[in-house]
Amino acid sequence: MRREVRFRLNGEAVSAQVAPHESLVEVLRDAFGLYGARESCGQGLCGCCTVLVDGTAVSGCLYLGILAENAEVKTIEAGTALDAVQEAFIETGAFQCGFCTPGFILMTRQLLDEIPQPDEEQIKHYLSGNLCRCAAYPQIIEAVQLAAIKRRKA
Amino acid sequence: MKRATHPAETGQVGRAVPRLESWLKVTGRAEYVHNLRLPGMLYGKIFRSTVSHGRIKRLDVSAAQAVGGVHRVVVAADLMTVVPDLHFGPAFHDQPMLAIDKVRYVGEPVAVVLASDPHVAEEAAHLIVAEYEPLAAVYDEVEAMTSKAVVHDELKPAGTFPDLKHLKGKKNTNIALDFHLRRGDAAAAMKVAHRVFEHRFRTQQVMHTPLEPLVSVAECTEDTITLHTASQSPSFVRIEIARLLGWPENRVRVRVPFLGGGFGAKLYIKLEALVGVLSLLVKKPVKISLTMEEQFFHITKHATTFRIKSGVDRDGRIVARECEVWWNGGAYADIGPRVTQKSGFTAPGPYEIEHVAVDSYALYTNLPPAGALRGFGIPQLVWAYESHTDMVARELGADPVEFRLKNILRDGRPHATGTIMRDAATDKVLERTAQLLDWKKPFDRGSGSVRRGRGIAVGFKACVAPTTSFALVSVNVDGSVTVYCSTVDMGQGSDTAMAQIAAEVLSVTAESVKVVHSDTDVTPYDMATLGSRSLFHMGNAVKLAAEDARDKVAALKREAGFPQDATLKDVFKKKYGMQAGNVLGQASFVPGYTSPDANGLTDNATPFWMVGATGVEIEVDTETGRVRITRLVNVADVGTPINPKIVETQLSGAAIMQIGFTLTEKMEFDAEGQLRNASLAEYKIPGFHDIPERMTNETVEAEQRSGPFGAKGVGETSTFGVSPAIANAVHDAVGVRITSLPLTPETIFMKLQESK
Repeated sequence: MRREVRFRLNGEAVSAQVAPHESLVEVLRDAFGLYGARESCGQGLCGCCTVLVDGTAVSGCLYLGILAENAEVKTIEAGTALDAVQEAFIETGAFQCGFCTPGFILMTRQLLDEIPQPDEEQIKHYLSGNLCRCAAYPQIIEAVQLAAIKRRKA
Repeated sequence: MKRATHPAETGQVGRAVPRLESWLKVTGRAEYVHNLRLPGMLYGKIFRSTVSHGRIKRLDVSAAQAVGGVHRVVVAADLMTVVPDLHFGPAFHDQPMLAIDKVRYVGEPVAVVLASDPHVAEEAAHLIVAEYEPLAAVYDEVEAMTSKAVVHDELKPAGTFPDLKHLKGKKNTNIALDFHLRRGDAAAAMKVAHRVFEHRFRTQQVMHTPLEPLVSVAECTEDTITLHTASQSPSFVRIEIARLLGWPENRVRVRVPFLGGGFGAKLYIKLEALVGVLSLLVKKPVKISLTMEEQFFHITKHATTFRIKSGVDRDGRIVARECEVWWNGGAYADIGPRVTQKSGFTAPGPYEIEHVAVDSYALYTNLPPAGALRGFGIPQLVWAYESHTDMVARELGADPVEFRLKNILRDGRPHATGTIMRDAATDKVLERTAQLLDWKKPFDRGSGSVRRGRGIAVGFKACVAPTTSFALVSVNVDGSVTVYCSTVDMGQGSDTAMAQIAAEVLSVTAESVKVVHSDTDVTPYDMATLGSRSLFHMGNAVKLAAEDARDKVAALKREAGFPQDATLKDVFKKKYGMQAGNVLGQASFVPGYTSPDANGLTDNATPFWMVGATGVEIEVDTETGRVRITRLVNVADVGTPINPKIVETQLSGAAIMQIGFTLTEKMEFDAEGQLRNASLAEYKIPGFHDIPERMTNETVEAEQRSGPFGAKGVGETSTFGVSPAIANAVHDAVGVRITSLPLTPETIFMKLQESK
């Protein structure tokens, strides 16, 4: 049933034995020990399981692991130093329990790649697929705006 | 390295220190039980009841057991080979780990499939067959008072609470606690009052929905058991597991890393009893991780009905108030009886009223269990008394703010219990909220189909008592500081706050302090992380323990003949011959408390009061009934903030959560007690588009003199006034009064049609 799936994970060539029903979150967790993408609602509605596949954010709890074949997969664990978005989330206090935070950070990076200086409405619209039960939303808006400034300066 | 210990004179308290765990959380490395996998671990999948009340006639697990990869299918009788009595709970020992003979709500756990592959466990669970003989069921809390349908044959209070003892062995009742408060003579005062007003309000059943659903892992040896669990109350889990197993507490270890949200869902004991006994049964580690859907079947917030009646004199003073509150506790009591009493006694609101009568009832029904949710019953009460107070003011032709200020309960005045109010800035909080809204200035009331209105509400809460916190603070030989405490950081920032308190005392930077997470083998007893008690109770314990450590270090230096600025290394070298070791400070903190008498009266009802007011400006679309919050103002008395940034995010987050409970969230049950919307697709929690357009969060200048550095709890304060402030604003905008939550567009639209 399982078959080998090869892909690039956070910049490295990897492979894993993946069953057809396994989600990308399960593959990341069980084969690679990466826990930053988390299954929460299980329906692709909360964004806690966000993973970037070929530069596009997907719901890792619904995205099948085998579909990652030959893809470039990026998770919150990529990189060694904090980027502008992560720094901005810390400086503005844009999280509480932290469970949803990786999803918000990955989506914010994608947002700022597309729209380098988003206004408040654009931020709300773009991130509306991510839920934060601690409701750090006002601080997340601040974080995105700060991250945009940090990126411009860099 | 940024964690290096730097001397810092003062200023650790009151500083917006970024959360200590920031790096872990933004890089996805924070530890949650959700992540935990142990070698040889089995996953449990729960098979649940499909009827709300019934006798189990037949339970056939053979097909499930036959699925390849299934380790074992477990029913109640199997668990009883390990533990003869499966019933657990903080107030009543009423909840079986798996249903025995009877089921009492749809979704109740009946059997568990164990497999090393969670997909196999899930598939097999679908193959279990159960047949039930249906029994009469009751769902409404008021009906439950007199219903022929009785949820439990006999009441089984846990014995820990003196006011539940009289319920032991009671039959033919759904009342799990009746609390009464009598001050003066409310009935007589109503008769002579100038005007009397009576209204009835309702709140709906809702769920916490922490994004990390409930999860517990158990592993055991021959005579020890370790629970890794997403729990807000590791000390209670240890006590309850030890009781169930008949083991000494030191054989039970409970470890808690970060929680992915709690809000009261992860309190007392939830999955821990089941996974613990499963692990002992199969002699392997066992993990049960609920799905979001399953969470709706484990813990919820009480639906309530509240009848409130006020007598007012000619001067506009409230002279009498009667409160009758029915709490829908679902099929198992959980902490409901404590909500009924500990919050029930504040039902008359933050007003000075001479004659008060409160009757508060915890009821069993055939719905999923209800317990604590951010506010411990207070938001349900404030919803009613602040809607009512607004209605009374408007009926009297009085300004709602002026009317409240005329009656507000001020410091130095007696609360309904007889307790004299101290360090509760009720008047300041209300005045500042009105000021921020420019209450006295003209207001744009909108036009056409968009009407604008504003509303205000103030509430208060007594912190639960009596409770204990114990802390250890270690000063290591290199001067670095470690805090050991069982407070759980579920997102409220307690690690950072405790570090700031210890750092202030020991003159180091807060960032350099390490706070060890709850592990009952290591961290000492704490009642629980609940009810905004930790900053006050554990904060005081940490402060005292740090002072103890500081004094011991000073004494050591004196005794060894060193000046006070000498390094600990030099002192240790001289005294013990080596530069290794630590100095340990310890302290416990138990504030005073007097139990209420037979009339519910006491001279010391609580260690501290939380006070919060909310003001809103809204728009109502009269064509759709939709409410848009254009401005929301929270003002709170939090004493003196330890970390102003975290205080602000707590105020803002709690208020937005309460917006969900006000406008969209409701567990919808059909006539058979089946939950129809157990998913985030149909149960809508607030997202980006639901937040107010403008939001202000403020604290008034205040000091909790008995708190650590003048501080007190903040986690729930801004939930109090949100719902009634919005309902009051809806009335202000379009003249219709909604008395039942949530305020959906449909409800408002229908009311508007009726009023035409």
